[in-house]
Amino acid sequence: MKVKGQAWKFGDDINTDIIISGKYKFKTLDMRELAKHAMEALDPKFSEKVKPGDILVAGKNFGCGSSREHAPRVLKELGIGVIIAKSFARIFYRNAVNVGLPVVESPEASARISEGDQVEVDLEKGLIRNLTKGETYSFKPIPPALMEILREGGLVEYLRKAGDYKL
Amino acid sequence: MGLTLAEKILSEALGRRVEAGDLIVVNVDLVMAHDGTAPLAIKSFREMGGERVKHPERVVFVIDHIAPSSSEDVSKLHKLMRDFASEQGIENFYDVGEGVCHQLLAERHVEPGMIVVGGDSHTCMHGALGAFATGVGSTEVAAVLKTGKIWFKVPETLKIQVEGSLPPMVTPKDVILHIIGEVKADGATYKAVEYGGETVRQMSVEGRLTLSNMAVEMGGKTGLIEPDEKTLEYLKSRGRGPGKPLKGDRDAEHAETLNFDVSRLEPQVAAPPTVDNVKPVSEVEGLEIDQVFLGSCTNARLEDRRLAASILKGRKIHPRVRMLVVPASRTVYLQALREGLVEVFLEAGCVLCNPGCGVCVGGHQGVPAPGEVVLSTSNRNFVGRMGCPEADIYLASPATAAVSALTGKITNPAGWKP
Ligand code: SF4
Repeated sequence: MKVKGQAWKFGDDINTDIIISGKYKFKTLDMRELAKHAMEALDPKFSEKVKPGDILVAGKNFGCGSSREHAPRVLKELGIGVIIAKSFARIFYRNAVNVGLPVVESPEASARISEGDQVEVDLEKGLIRNLTKGETYSFKPIPPALMEILREGGLVEYLRKAGDYKL
Repeated sequence: MGLTLAEKILSEALGRRVEAGDLIVVNVDLVMAHDGTAPLAIKSFREMGGERVKHPERVVFVIDHIAPSSSEDVSKLHKLMRDFASEQGIENFYDVGEGVCHQLLAERHVEPGMIVVGGDSHTCMHGALGAFATGVGSTEVAAVLKTGKIWFKVPETLKIQVEGSLPPMVTPKDVILHIIGEVKADGATYKAVEYGGETVRQMSVEGRLTLSNMAVEMGGKTGLIEPDEKTLEYLKSRGRGPGKPLKGDRDAEHAETLNFDVSRLEPQVAAPPTVDNVKPVSEVEGLEIDQVFLGSCTNARLEDRRLAASILKGRKIHPRVRMLVVPASRTVYLQALREGLVEVFLEAGCVLCNPGCGVCVGGHQGVPAPGEVVLSTSNRNFVGRMGCPEADIYLASPATAAVSALTGKITNPAGWKP
């Protein structure tokens, strides 16, 4: 699985209230509607600016806070192809995999990539190519069991096909 | 090499020895979802081809986040939950006004040794009863509804030893705020937290629930405490059996052990905008406040009510301050009523809301105005947490909250004479 796009950069400890405020999540299950408010506390125009395939790059502890799965879902809805961070909060990491949004831990890439860089990520090989800077970073590949869920596009598709866990 | 408490519980549940790092699929004893997460779980359940819930008797649904409903849209989501529950035979259904999901689980369902997952990050609270309990997202709740199982990576353990007797007016909340201030928001990521030491043994089960509740604010997967006589007494008094009370081995390997001496701890406050931005209350003393919130799954139990009421009794809160008092459950509310605490709150000028999450999550109750300062006994002070991104939220204990409500500014309760 490869993803290629432009990088959008965020800092440390981006919590789920920032990704999508709790005040919206109770009102609707329509992710397209919710996605309009993604990251709005930091950048009110974020949802209009991102393009499918774009890559979110963040610092440590990305997605801390609530268990709201709406957080990775709205980012996926906007077309974010992969999130690269120094580290992820545990529930966010699980949720992202479960909704079919790849997440990659790489302190090096998190530090080196600048906003606007063109980046390509090879999930199986564990390689990140920064096409703008001409650099390559490696990361510990996602465990095969989780890669299988990602390849199906998330836990919903995985379980619809398999009926039960095949781990 | 011995096993940690987390490894013990998971090994026992699987019937074979597992250690930190192993990827496992385990049966779930209890799965919870509330009105913020159940609707999406139901949607995912259908999308994954789910027809019948595998173990309806292991499912708990709670309507607490926007309860009662604030709009037609929210009402539709509530109705979706009710319809699904009756279609699937989910009998553990707590509708509007029963209480906060975690409190209901602790009061009525969780037993030591259980594997508990909930569509809410503070599910880690039930580690205080010796259960392996953790928060998951809606699609995972759906997967548990369908398969009865969940995958976990067996976590390493961060051991937190707390020693020393607490000074007057210093509470379990101050202890956990202090710990989070040291460990920081990501200090326990992917790990189980296990609290031990004399201070924790001396604490009531209610106080321990407060410690475990906030394990996730350090990134922890669960917040475990070894069950003891107090745990078993808590369960017995609520008509429940002892479950499987397990202990970690003496020679277990912990990722890290941190020692805290709380014998001279000052009351603590978490300043905005992160929970790990913790200071002794004296550093922010005097800051004017507009609203006080005594509630949430962290600090809305009977002990918290009693402590706050002992301070407010016969007094009036500051005229500028609104104080919202929200009991954790109907049971807590009734007991507070019987003990005369409700009268104390009302006479002091507080507003009593029905049990639930409304104020804590800013969905529809008690939303502050831009520029206002809130002092809250809950567990999160993130930007926008209570519904208004321009309000400042400070977290503190019920004692600090009550004393500050009287003075109208953040006040150290330590010197306070009841
Ligand atoms: S009281 Fe607050 S923290 Fe606890 S479950 Fe409700 S919204 Fe979440």
